[in-house]
Amino acid sequence: MKTFRIGGVHPRENKITAGQPIVAAPLPQQAIILLSQHIGAPAQCVVEKGDSVKVGTLLAKANGFVSANIHSPVSGTIAKIDTIADGSGYQKPAIYINVEGDEWEESIDRSETLVTSCNMSAQAIIDKIDQMGIVGIGGATFPTKVKLMPPPNMKPEVLIINAVECEPYLTNDHALMLAKADEIIVGIEILMKAINVDRTFIGIEANKPDAIELFKQKTQERKDIEVVRLQCRYPQGGEKQLIDAVIGRQVASGALPVSTGAIVQNVATAYAVYEAVQKNKPLIERVVTVTGKSLTKPGNYLARMGMPVSQLIEVAGGMPEDTGKIVLGGPMMGRATANIDTPTGKGTSGILVIPEREAHRQEPSPCIRCAKCVAACPMGLEPYLLSKAVAIGNLEIAEERNIYDCIECGCCSYSCPAHRPLLDYIRQGKGKVMAIMRARATEKK
Amino acid sequence: MNKLVVSPSPHAHSGLSTAQCMYGVLIALVPAFLISIYFFGINALLVTATSVVACMLFEYLIQKYLLRTTPTLNDGTAILTGVLLAFNLPANIPLWIVVIGALFAIGIGKMAFGGLGNNIFNPALAGRIFLLISFPQQMTSWPAPSPWGTGVDAVTGPTTLNILKRGNIEEIANIDVINALIGNNGGSFGEVSAIALIIGFIYLLWRKIITWHIPVSIILTVFLFSFAVTVSEGIEYAIIFGELQIFSGGLLLGAIFMATDYVTSPMTRGGMILYGVLIGIITVVIRLWGAYPEGMSFAIFIMNGATPLINKYMKPKRYGEVVKND
Amino acid sequence: MNIIFVSIISLAIIGAIAALILHIIAQRFKVDEDPRIDEVEKVLPGANCGGCGKAGCRNFAESCVKADTLEGMLCPVGGNEVMKRIADILGKEAHEAESRVAVVRCNGSCQHRPQTNIYEGAHNCAITHSLYAGSTGCAYGCLGCGDCVAVCSLGAISIDPDTHLPVVNIDICGGCGACARACPRNIIEVRKKGPKGRGVYVACMNKEKGGVARKACEVACIGCSKCAKECKFDAITIANNLSYIDSDKCKMCRKCVDVCPTGAILAVNFPPKKVVEHAVSADTPEQASQSDNQ
Repeated sequence: MKTFRIGGVHPRENKITAGQPIVAAPLPQQAIILLSQHIGAPAQCVVEKGDSVKVGTLLAKANGFVSANIHSPVSGTIAKIDTIADGSGYQKPAIYINVEGDEWEESIDRSETLVTSCNMSAQAIIDKIDQMGIVGIGGATFPTKVKLMPPPNMKPEVLIINAVECEPYLTNDHALMLAKADEIIVGIEILMKAINVDRTFIGIEANKPDAIELFKQKTQERKDIEVVRLQCRYPQGGEKQLIDAVIGRQVASGALPVSTGAIVQNVATAYAVYEAVQKNKPLIERVVTVTGKSLTKPGNYLARMGMPVSQLIEVAGGMPEDTGKIVLGGPMMGRATANIDTPTGKGTSGILVIPEREAHRQEPSPCIRCAKCVAACPMGLEPYLLSKAVAIGNLEIAEERNIYDCIECGCCSYSCPAHRPLLDYIRQGKGKVMAIMRARATEKK
Repeated sequence: MNKLVVSPSPHAHSGLSTAQCMYGVLIALVPAFLISIYFFGINALLVTATSVVACMLFEYLIQKYLLRTTPTLNDGTAILTGVLLAFNLPANIPLWIVVIGALFAIGIGKMAFGGLGNNIFNPALAGRIFLLISFPQQMTSWPAPSPWGTGVDAVTGPTTLNILKRGNIEEIANIDVINALIGNNGGSFGEVSAIALIIGFIYLLWRKIITWHIPVSIILTVFLFSFAVTVSEGIEYAIIFGELQIFSGGLLLGAIFMATDYVTSPMTRGGMILYGVLIGIITVVIRLWGAYPEGMSFAIFIMNGATPLINKYMKPKRYGEVVKND
Repeated sequence: MNIIFVSIISLAIIGAIAALILHIIAQRFKVDEDPRIDEVEKVLPGANCGGCGKAGCRNFAESCVKADTLEGMLCPVGGNEVMKRIADILGKEAHEAESRVAVVRCNGSCQHRPQTNIYEGAHNCAITHSLYAGSTGCAYGCLGCGDCVAVCSLGAISIDPDTHLPVVNIDICGGCGACARACPRNIIEVRKKGPKGRGVYVACMNKEKGGVARKACEVACIGCSKCAKECKFDAITIANNLSYIDSDKCKMCRKCVDVCPTGAILAVNFPPKKVVEHAVSADTPEQASQSDNQ
């Protein structure tokens, strides 16, 4: 079985909601749409207070190349354009919409029929994806069109579909694969056309045998799409690790992943591309895994963007008494939040409700130099050294030992027997070192 | 509802703690301990108990009254130091010497450097070497093994290592390897049984507390190096000589339990192998041409000192360094 | 006897040769350095805080010796006294500069600003700040992890165990600004040090609208501009729902302190009988611990 070559850990999978069908969550009474649901510049608001909008109406326009359009996920009236505390607790600009009914823009094809043929040119597909505000919804929320337009000197050779879902607990991609296999395959074809490649690998971890079986069956007669069964290891869903696992190439430090000839797209993004191109539907809803050991109704919910986290937890049976921590995303890379009224966005792949008994970090003790962090690091770094260097403020050592390569997967902190907050410091130092490097680069120019 | 906890990612942990690692090593030492009680009787138990209690006491006193920090006895490191120190001593050693060894191990070997995680040398090893140099008479007269330690007072003649050092081919050919395997030979009481130590090694590998790199590279190097030195005497003899080098003295105890000490061994796989190979070479050099019959503890001690240097120059294999290979 | 003579003579010869070699080498590699640099360095406090803008005390001493005049040169830690001694050593004219001190512009103690969640990451303000708004409702206030304490080379700043806020010891603080640079939320400001360390300042950085700020913290500045209207010296400006007192213009009349509806303006180191707020805040630790017990 294939996997990536350096480091990695295998956390307890805890996929409580595996095999559960996708259930549509009810509409919220008020939807709150953050203007930055993607990496890059926040979108620019194009509506005003009092405007009435339908599902799919453009609310905010992409502001620059690395940015994305945002469409209304509900129909109703714009109550106000203000700020709201996002998951981090900091105030961010947002559009508040009072929900009235569920009226969709006429241009959107809401039927379930599978549309397989696509006569658009590559550029037209990319424009459509741009227009519909599609971003990488595996979690990073990088605008998809940017990834589909590599620099002219780099020629993509293969498309890799990331259906790994290596984060514990999360099952949203799994559920989507079981429910929408045909649509996903059409989405893959469209993506292949957009970047002009004739080969695709779908990387799926071995803990989803039903999805592997289904996709193998659907693609058995084709030569251009191949399902690759991968050993369960975290962080296999990381772009760099997945490229290594599937085609055995590694991205050089600081280079774009496409320099290896591979473009990686998440499986849910492929589905969103299908809906955008074939059904004219913008990215306004997504599957969110609401899960946790104490929840009464954990499941994979199809939720409109802008629904407050607290309401999705209500849908999943309400906040358990023993809740100690709420994480947006998976337990390895997700963000803990104290603000449960924050709305979900394009990048909210899961809501994890951790009971009090598992919520606390343990007191750190001295580093015993056991080298478990070094063995676990999928980038081949020395986390014990980097975190110490950052803690004492010696950024030269941190830079010399390649802190900028860190992908913040958390394998080091996960495996540290002394419970040291290795990644906390490394993340901090990485930001500082990269700022210094950028400053140096601009100075040179 | 409780106040929510917020922390940076990750929000999961492997569950393995420092104390669990230490207690895991202690469990791995149980077979060797049982064998030593069988061959050396109550004395082995007494020496171990004295050493452990002394190490814990000194750690507690130093942390509480000298360093004025909260004592961290339950992380198991002081117990482990105590057990390892005891295992490197003859069973009939006077107990007051054990206490001195424990004081040196904890006081100088560990706490003087700043406590757990900061020591350059393995504390138990520092204690043993200190005793070996200070009390050479008591440290090198080993009792003969006998079931349940009935013949404890009888001091053995030459140990296997002495014979190997003398290099008399006939004498060497007469040594029974089986005795070395089960532990029916003279030596420090924790190191005599190769089988018990190897069982411990397998347990450590299974629990993923240590990796194979250090022990295997030491053992292989010792075998190959001593084989190469004696191969002129005939291949069969060289193989027996190499085997005996591995199974005698403190080699296995050192390779599996002392050289793999987290704090004082290198961090990267390559570094670990380099460290193991050098320990193997130094051990054989001291054993064959040095003044002492046993070189394991000195070899590990020397390489402990070289570990920071190895860590500086042996970097892990980085992602993206590999040349394209399809 | 002979042996002793031989040894003494040979040792003497070896010693003489070694001395000669050392002397030659010392001559060859001699670095000409102004001896006054050492003298100046001795006078400096040796904190190497970088508050003077130079890379440590030695570097500052070199600059002082090289410079034509001492104007604009100030060791913020040593203050005018040290600069005067340096001037004496160098035979240059001393220039008086006003002494400065760091103030903490947040009064969000546990009592004023209730905790809403528990932070369990690395104990470091910069890390907390980049993660989230903090364990209280205020996204602008002190995080209490002590990045400022860690960078202060004089030990002039410490975290109060009751309020979890940093406290500046004005007798030690030289106003070098290391803490202000370390604070990820720009709460610490280096201000003019008034006579006897007196000062009046707004102890709040919350830029939210009044209601939101007040909800997070009892003593938040709500930007009501009452203080600005009261001030006769034009020292107070309001921007981003936040009042700011210019320490150069402030005459320390303390009228603003009395009109502030939330008590966000602090007057420190004044004689206690006059200032009611000061007496109250001196009681807070006790009250806080009492409420904790309940």
